[in-house]
Amino acid sequence: MPRVIDADVVRHVARLSRLALTDDEVETMRAELSGILDHVDQIQSLDLAGVAPTTHVIHLENVLRTDEPRPSLSPEEALREAPRVAAGGFSVGRMG
Amino acid sequence: MSARAYEAVIGIEIHAQLLTNTKMFCGCALSFGDEPNVHTCPVCLAHPGALPVTNAEAVRLAIIAGHALGCEIPERSTFHRKNYFYPDLPKAYQISQFDEPICGPGRFRYLTEGGEKELGITRAHLEEDAAKLIHVGGDGRRAGAEQSIVDFNRGGTPLLEIVTEPELSDAADAAAFLRQLRLTLVQLGITDGNMEQGSMRADANISIRPAGSTGLGTKTELKNMNSFTFIERGIQAEIARQTAILEAGGTITQETLHYDPVTGEIHSLRSKEEAHDYRYFPEPDLVSVAPDRAWVEELRASLPESPVDRRRRWVADSGLSFEDAEVLAETRELGDYFERVAAVAPAKSAANWVRGELRAQLRERGQEPWESNVTPAALGEIIAMAEAREVSMPNAKAVLAELIANGGDPRAIVEAKGLGAISDEGELEALVDRLIADNPAQVQQLRDGKDKVIGFFVGQAMKATQGRADPGRVGELLRERVRE
Amino acid sequence: MSAPTDLTATQQIAAVRAGEMTSAELVDAHLARCEDDRWNSYLALNADAARARAREIDAMADKPPLAGVPIAVKDALVTRDLVTTSGSRMLEGFRPLYTATCVARLEEAGAIVVGKTNMDEFAMGSSTENSAYGPTLNPWDTGRVPGGSSGGSASAVAARQAPWSLGSDTGGSIRQPAALCGIVGMKPTYGAVSRYGLIAFASSLDQVGPFARTVADAALLLSYIEGRDPMDSTCVGLREPVCVPTATDLSGVRIGVVEELMGEGTDDGVRAAVREALDRAEHLGATLVPVELPNSRHGLSTYYILAPAECSANLARFDGIRYGHSSADTDNLTEHYERTRAEGFGAEVKRRIMLGTFALASGYYDAYYGQAQRVRTRIAEDFDRAFESVDLIASPTSPSVAFPLASRTDDPMHMYLSDTCTIPISLAGLPSVSIPCGLDAGMPVGLQLSGPAFSENRLFDAAHALEAAIGFDTAPPALEAAA
Repeated sequence: MPRVIDADVVRHVARLSRLALTDDEVETMRAELSGILDHVDQIQSLDLAGVAPTTHVIHLENVLRTDEPRPSLSPEEALREAPRVAAGGFSVGRMG
Repeated sequence: MSARAYEAVIGIEIHAQLLTNTKMFCGCALSFGDEPNVHTCPVCLAHPGALPVTNAEAVRLAIIAGHALGCEIPERSTFHRKNYFYPDLPKAYQISQFDEPICGPGRFRYLTEGGEKELGITRAHLEEDAAKLIHVGGDGRRAGAEQSIVDFNRGGTPLLEIVTEPELSDAADAAAFLRQLRLTLVQLGITDGNMEQGSMRADANISIRPAGSTGLGTKTELKNMNSFTFIERGIQAEIARQTAILEAGGTITQETLHYDPVTGEIHSLRSKEEAHDYRYFPEPDLVSVAPDRAWVEELRASLPESPVDRRRRWVADSGLSFEDAEVLAETRELGDYFERVAAVAPAKSAANWVRGELRAQLRERGQEPWESNVTPAALGEIIAMAEAREVSMPNAKAVLAELIANGGDPRAIVEAKGLGAISDEGELEALVDRLIADNPAQVQQLRDGKDKVIGFFVGQAMKATQGRADPGRVGELLRERVRE
Repeated sequence: MSAPTDLTATQQIAAVRAGEMTSAELVDAHLARCEDDRWNSYLALNADAARARAREIDAMADKPPLAGVPIAVKDALVTRDLVTTSGSRMLEGFRPLYTATCVARLEEAGAIVVGKTNMDEFAMGSSTENSAYGPTLNPWDTGRVPGGSSGGSASAVAARQAPWSLGSDTGGSIRQPAALCGIVGMKPTYGAVSRYGLIAFASSLDQVGPFARTVADAALLLSYIEGRDPMDSTCVGLREPVCVPTATDLSGVRIGVVEELMGEGTDDGVRAAVREALDRAEHLGATLVPVELPNSRHGLSTYYILAPAECSANLARFDGIRYGHSSADTDNLTEHYERTRAEGFGAEVKRRIMLGTFALASGYYDAYYGQAQRVRTRIAEDFDRAFESVDLIASPTSPSVAFPLASRTDDPMHMYLSDTCTIPISLAGLPSVSIPCGLDAGMPVGLQLSGPAFSENRLFDAAHALEAAIGFDTAPPALEAAA
């Protein structure tokens, strides 16, 4: 599959990733990602029709939890590491 | 151009919170209305290193729901991550299902006054609910708020998302489907179905097309309507909006919309952020669910009769009206109560008494029939006595009132209070003769063909006998005598 | 008698049990070396709590099995109230609300956490140079890297700042630094050890495992951390208890040699040391069989799609709302997210998040993520086939010895090649151990032995027999010179 990593693709992916990049960083990222993808693209040519994808290497199913409540954190603990707290909640600031 | 020139194509998505004790992927208790952030743990706060573990009860409830929706239950079901950033989604991905949902295609039958209908169910899948965002300052909305804060109590609540095929064309049908779907799920104990509190939410995908054509127009999504009435009105309003746009030569924009029930207006919810790319991929922290087939079958076999099936049976076999059946099927308990009464009394009378007099009298006490002193057998006895004219209707109601207040045996009450109908024909004849003699003017009116005046005589007769006279027989005797 | 810090963990436990030493002495001796941290092995020390716990254990008549012996823990594992950063600015000062299952089990058994070790940020790297808190230096040569990402855990054990430690391995992050620091490092079968409390990099690959100076210590440590955990759905534990290895020969053991990893791309000195170790294996009775793993050459490509894809989601939770770094005074939500994450993450982490997001994005998923998952199947099948005719597979752990600091930081692809030998095994989820097998120009070389899933005991036995035959001295000469 031909693929071009240009600055627009980098900006789009950065937005999806919620990473602010300066124009210089966009260019560096473009060059680095292109270099990595040049290598990674070797698997594009493999014919893998009929090969099942692997999500888990060990075969396991039905690992379930019984529906019994466990103790929750106190609100003080839950909020302890939060950068900003307001009215018993985690403040997000202005969402705009 | 008339509105009939277009037909609507409507599909529904329903989110129902499951009635489990704990969250979907952690052991925090479920709650509504508690102080913020009292039901959280490292898992549902998405602390570093925390991992989800699937709630077995959520799986069980989803499979039961699947059976009730006529869905296939696939051999294998997997979870996926649905990636997007929002403060109410602590991992920035929602654990949901993608190509292998817990419930596969099905069909749900529902009743309308125009007859029985069926709607295709595309799928039903398990996922976790988002947390609650509170916007402080401004008018309570995101825009203009001074700040927004997150309460994670709700975050991680198990949800069943049910997706229908786009097979509806009518807003009223959509509402009827949703009402009966909700009732089915509620009566199975799958969800509490409380739409105001948001434990059940519905979105509608709506498009219109020239009547008779088969293509699909651009669809819009009407989000999070929290009552059936609003859903019906919202869909109608959106169909009207789309129709007006097309008739004016415009084009429909694919967007997410909100229906304001107060103004009846539709607003766009389009955010400034770009279109989502959810980047679904299999959740590596969870393994697949492969429910034991015998267990799946057992759950299907032990499914109680659905409210829709009940209604259909009551109308077909017991001669109940559409409305009687609808009212009596509202709760499983009421339906059960009615059936026990109908076992000892004619079904139609049982229906009338249960949804009419019994509920009316109990309403003052805030009681439900099945919680009251009135056993189905006792109510059946009252109905039987009334139908056999052993007690008059007013006295039958009085017996019911006595039962509600103090309990007891209906026949014993009739006996003790002397409420039994006058069975001696001679006594009734004498009474009628006396009334004729005492009320010559009314007798003349009757002779002149004013039948309404019979009511007067019946009233007098009831008064004179403390309700023991049979009103029908009084009328008959009166006519006989006057005609003579 | 040698210094307490020279003793193996097994010897330290025995010494405490025999009343020859106290836990407090052991903890003090190690903390003294930790406080003089010339290698930047540690990001945080747990000195006060460790000393208090040592006194507690010393006061016990009936001592817990690990008898108050110190341990170092990679900073990717959360420890309640003890600052845990995963080597990132994003988690500077973060005090976890709970302790990782594997660490809790060790503490329960009487091990004492002396500190949290340095690492590549969020375990992404092969040199520990991606730590936001400065690189760790190799105790054999402080001009060189210790490997990574668990570089601090490896250098701490090599430099006698702890007798053993915990690391995590996603594509080689235990085995490669163990090789580069001349110690033993072991990645268990995927699913053997709970990941609950391991700050996730790539969930389908991450495993916690031991570092030690002997194979026996590594086995002993694994025996305490493996086992089912109701908090981790993917954790099944081992099928049989870990036995501390005692084997002295390899008779009847068929060792598959991956010739592809013994050729081009592997340094001559590394190849020579590995060949010599394989010769010793033959002397011990093993049969050497060449094996082919034809799809392993795609391992690196597969790994650099799958691991970044998973990490792009795993690291999305770092949004500055519930914990961690938060950008001040942003005007709207998108800006808050973008600035918080741009400020909190380092270059390599950003690169991998970008790569992973790209691989999952609409229009690219099938060609990248979907294709990589299928190659992964093929790679695992190669191993299955190989293990039909051999018991273990041997190769170098790393194609080169420890490289000079800053020599690869400008070339991500070159850095990624450090993990060529370890990645295919990670993709297949197999157990694998690196033991030191010799020197190349004065720097340690690692031999990697891998087995079928859940063959930990067989692996430890073989590693133990070879370890004795090789007789590698794990004490870095530079350490003696500096002391």
